[in-house]
Amino acid sequence: MKNRTTVERKSERELVVTRTFNGPARIVFEAWTKPELLKRWWAPKSTGVSLLSCEADVRVGGRYRFEFGHEASKPMAFFGRYIEVTPHSRLVWTNDESDDGAVTTVTFEEKGGKTLLVMHELYPSKEALDGAIAGMEGGMRETFAQLDELLVTLGASVGRS
Amino acid sequence: MVQYARTRFDASFAALSDATRRGVLEQLGRADASITDLAEKFHMTLTGMKKHVGVLEQAGLVTTEKVGRVRTCKLGLRRLEEEAAWIERYRQLWDARFDELDKVVEELKRKEKVDGRKKRE
Repeated sequence: MKNRTTVERKSERELVVTRTFNGPARIVFEAWTKPELLKRWWAPKSTGVSLLSCEADVRVGGRYRFEFGHEASKPMAFFGRYIEVTPHSRLVWTNDESDDGAVTTVTFEEKGGKTLLVMHELYPSKEALDGAIAGMEGGMRETFAQLDELLVTLGASVGRS
Repeated sequence: MVQYARTRFDASFAALSDATRRGVLEQLGRADASITDLAEKFHMTLTGMKKHVGVLEQAGLVTTEKVGRVRTCKLGLRRLEEEAAWIERYRQLWDARFDELDKVVEELKRKEKVDGRKKRE
C-alpha cells in the first residue's frame, strides 16, 4: 500500500514535506546518502526531467551537485553542502545556488519497522520562499505578464478607435 | 458558477487596467503595507489610494484588515490559490520521487534478508 506525501507551508519561511516508508531508518537513510541510490529516485520519469549527474559527498562539509535537464547541453544544477550528518536519523544541507536558497533538514524516525521522514526547508526570508513559489512554475508573475500584454493590446485598439 | 467566474474575470481586468493598481499589487507581492504607506509610495492622496485599493479588493486581488487605526493591505485569495496550486505540484513531485524511493527501500530490504540468511549459513 502507498503512503501519503504531505506538503505544508508552516510559516512565512518554512515548507515541510512528510512521508512514511515501509522500512527501517538505516535503509531509508542509506537511500538518501549513497549517490548510486539517490540517482535512482531523485528524477522520476513522470517529471519529464532526467538526471545527468549526481554527486553527493555525504559528510559534514561535503558537497553535493545534481545536474538535470531536458538536454545534456543545457543542464540545470542543484548544489550545496552538507552541514550535519547523523547516521540513520538526521541530514542537513544548504542550497548554494543563490542567497535565497533554503537550508533543508531531513529527519528519519523509526517506529515499528517503518520510518517517518520529515523534510523541513527553511528559507532566509519570506520573500525567498515567495520567490521560489512564484518562480518555479511561473505562477502569478506569469499570469500578470500575460494580462499586461493583453491590456496593452486592448489599450492600443481603444486608442485607435 | 460561470456567471460568477465571468464577473470576477471582468472585475480583475478592470482592476488591472490601471498602472497604479498594478504597481500596488507588485508592491504587496513584496510585503504587506498600510494604505498610508501605499499612498506615500505612489505619491497620492489617502482618498485616492483608498479608491484604488477598493477596486482591487472588489476583484479579490487584495484583502484588507483594520487593526487599530491602520488598515493593512495584502494580496488576496487569488494569490493564495496560486500558492495552493504550487504546493500541490510540489507535493506531486515529491510523491513521485518517494514512489521510486519505495522501490529502492524494498530492494534494500530484500537484499538485507538474503545477506542475513547467507551470514547464518
